[in-house]
Amino acid sequence: MGAIITLSLLGILLLYLGLYKAKNALLPVTLLGLLVALGFEVSEWGKEAAPVYHGMVLFDHFALSFSMLCILLTALTLFLSKAYFSAISNNVAEYYCLIVFSLTGALLVSSYHNFAMLFIGIEIMSVALYILAGIRKKDLYSNEASLKYFIMGAFSTGFLLFGITLLYGATGTFDLAGVRQYVIDTQQISPLFYGGILLLLIGLCFKVGAAPFHFWTADVYDGSPILVTIFMSTVVKVASFAGFLRLFDYVFGALNEFWTPVLLVVIVITLFVGNISAMMQTSFKRMLAYSSIAHAGYMLFAILSLGPNAASSVFVYALAYSLSSIVGFGALILVKKSQGSDQFLAFNGLGKSNPLLAAIVALAMFSLAGIPLTAGFIGKFMMFTGVMGDYHVVLLALAAINAIIGVFYYLRVIVHMYFKTAEEGAETVVMPLNFKAVFIIAAILTLAVGIYPDCLIGLF
Amino acid sequence: MDNLFILLLFPTVSAIALSFVRSAPVAKWLGLVASLVQLALTIPFVCTFIPNAEVQFEQVFPWISSLGISFHIGMDGISLPLVLLTNVLIPLIVLSSFGKEHKGSFYALVLFMQTGLLLVFTALDAFSFYVGWEIALIPIYFICALWGGPDRVRVNLKFFVYTFLGSIFMLIGIIYLYQQNPNKDFEWTSFIHLILSESEQRWIFWAFFLAFAIKIPILPFHTWQPDTYTNAPAAGAMLLAGIMLKMGVYGLIRWLIPIVPFGVSAYGSIALILCIVGIVYASIIAFQQGDAKRLIAYSSIAHVGLISAGVFAWNATGLQGAMIQMVNHGIVVVGLFYVIDIIESKTGTRLLGELGGLADRTRRLAVFFLIIIMAGIGLPLTNGFIGEFLLLKGLFEVNTWAMAIAGLTLIFGAVYMLRLFQKTMLGPLDPKYASVTDIKGYEVLVLGVIVVLIVAIGVYPNALLHLSEASVTRLVEQINF
Repeated sequence: MGAIITLSLLGILLLYLGLYKAKNALLPVTLLGLLVALGFEVSEWGKEAAPVYHGMVLFDHFALSFSMLCILLTALTLFLSKAYFSAISNNVAEYYCLIVFSLTGALLVSSYHNFAMLFIGIEIMSVALYILAGIRKKDLYSNEASLKYFIMGAFSTGFLLFGITLLYGATGTFDLAGVRQYVIDTQQISPLFYGGILLLLIGLCFKVGAAPFHFWTADVYDGSPILVTIFMSTVVKVASFAGFLRLFDYVFGALNEFWTPVLLVVIVITLFVGNISAMMQTSFKRMLAYSSIAHAGYMLFAILSLGPNAASSVFVYALAYSLSSIVGFGALILVKKSQGSDQFLAFNGLGKSNPLLAAIVALAMFSLAGIPLTAGFIGKFMMFTGVMGDYHVVLLALAAINAIIGVFYYLRVIVHMYFKTAEEGAETVVMPLNFKAVFIIAAILTLAVGIYPDCLIGLF
Repeated sequence: MDNLFILLLFPTVSAIALSFVRSAPVAKWLGLVASLVQLALTIPFVCTFIPNAEVQFEQVFPWISSLGISFHIGMDGISLPLVLLTNVLIPLIVLSSFGKEHKGSFYALVLFMQTGLLLVFTALDAFSFYVGWEIALIPIYFICALWGGPDRVRVNLKFFVYTFLGSIFMLIGIIYLYQQNPNKDFEWTSFIHLILSESEQRWIFWAFFLAFAIKIPILPFHTWQPDTYTNAPAAGAMLLAGIMLKMGVYGLIRWLIPIVPFGVSAYGSIALILCIVGIVYASIIAFQQGDAKRLIAYSSIAHVGLISAGVFAWNATGLQGAMIQMVNHGIVVVGLFYVIDIIESKTGTRLLGELGGLADRTRRLAVFFLIIIMAGIGLPLTNGFIGEFLLLKGLFEVNTWAMAIAGLTLIFGAVYMLRLFQKTMLGPLDPKYASVTDIKGYEVLVLGVIVVLIVAIGVYPNALLHLSEASVTRLVEQINF
């Protein structure tokens, strides 16, 4: 709980710092606040977990580990923000404040124990993002992104809320434990309840960007400032999956025969739509946007298989995906700054002009593609293993085909970096110190998790 | 000094060190020293190896214990010849690229690949095996795509995606076996004792077969191979043909057939037919080739077709033939690719139509080349003879017709190999090649070592055969169908 309070206060503090024009203090204060929040999370580790605040939130190991992951990813994202926000806007404080508020929402989504908190958490998380997506007021694409995100987000929130209402109508409670008890005890489950499950499933699929509810993803990721895209594709996604998994594992787990076919269809469509669209892209940014849809498909595997390993596989997968995303989008910031384009072509010759950056990006791409000794492989392996436990062999065969499509477009990045030469007179990409630090941390974590993931898997 | 883990780790450590070396002369010497040290580290294993015992030098480290994965390595008579082959060929490959100005990254990739290959040949845990299988692919992709021929990018993308396709289906097969496994681990010994229904065995057969058949390559899955070999740099082609395709054959012997014997009894004859058709098909295409490198690529399909056919015959003779012929083919094909590379660097072309009469100018090269060609054909007293003899005998024990058709490889091989020799070395010398000089220095050394190996194994094949004999016999007795 301490972390959530800290972050809420931190957001307000940041606004005041902005008011008093203390621009240089923003980043250090934010990072310090995140560190304090992280400290609170760590201190609650290992304690007996019981729902607090009248059963509103629950800080078990699941909630804590996903919260820590969110805080860590936010910190890594913000490290990249030095000189980024001030270059595109005069009102820098808003960025930090909104990101911190959004993070607060993400923490709530990973630790809710009441449907009201799920709804509030998702709203806090999303409303801040609607503004962040459109924060470049003069930019047409940024406006488009914001509007699209807002309309789609509002739409999906409607589904979510309607679903929660139906569940309440059937059970008479918002409490997760109460609803779970209803599922276990009741012989004849009300049709309202089934309707509620479906609507919640749709609402959450919107949030995680699963097809056929994915149409906002590419344009929003493309139009938003890259740093905001990083935040969206990592922290928001991780938190949404945590919320998704908690709900379906803890509450609806017993009814999986009902929703598994629906989820199976969603997964298959998501995998194919994400991968095939990503393969068609010529823009690196849009490729990553579509590939994030594909990865949402893989992460949904855990919700399909549930069981004791589901949480750890989502955790490892989300960590792997987020690290690679940070590297991919971060590299794009640098490349775009020097080459002025976010196409694949802008990466030409990077292997020669900046070997370290190219090597780290290549590692990230291999991790996304799921090559052994990277974190991405372990994530994929755990997902596949979990699904195999339920004998979805056909689904795995389809997933394998998708993995191959994935390799195809991730390798294109490597082809451009190493095997194509840059145009004459192209500026070389320089890597500022803060980028270097974040990239090296991400690369080391990717390799460490890829080589020895045992300590992470044992968290739950 | 018989710590297998160190043997696997040493190339990676030297690769990491080498990747920081930017000066080409320093890099090549360091690369050579590292690969020679690795070869020296192999000697204790060969000396203390007991052919009749089961798996030796075993090491088990808990890896991802929550999923039952351990890093389990060890060697028996099936692993050792291939480990030996890898560690003998890598120094030769490093030495053969001395004429080129490569930075440390090139040698780092070669050595990193060595770790992957050794892991494949020694892994006794399916997860470790898969990891080795995949990480061997990354360095060779970069070697071929960075230093390769004009069409390298497209061709290697195809190569990578194609091989990845095979391995991902194998991964699904492995995960399925793990779910069936009551011990919840990935151990080879648990996998081969699994009780699987026939229908399960059938699809798992294809999942594994696809991975191995693409790597070897067996007939309908070979389309990546000629382009990749042709566009690869000499060292890349040597690594691919000399060592990497043996991963596939080794996979058949170690994993596919022991795990799904019923699947093999159902589909093994199809696989056998594919192998034999591949021999004839690739040989006929090899006749027509104007590009020497492409010719060797197709000849390689024919040769490994015979090796795989011997494996699917699944008797001690055929398997022994496959074991020794894997080593022989590795040595011979490295020699062939090297000779072609030398010819290309001296004359600027490897098109047979533009070459001829080089023997006048390059006496020593011609002699070495002829001996290597003879080994490729399978002349007695060269190493190729004993391998092909055992393979054909093994096939004969299964089916006379299979043996008869596969035996055509001897005749076909003689035709295309001798044509290769004739078109390059014999006939009138084109005046524009009058200034071509003979090989010297490290070139003589590399080819000399290859020729010595060819003759030594040809005269006394038992040195290799006795390493694998007991393991092969045990495997055949244990798994029969």
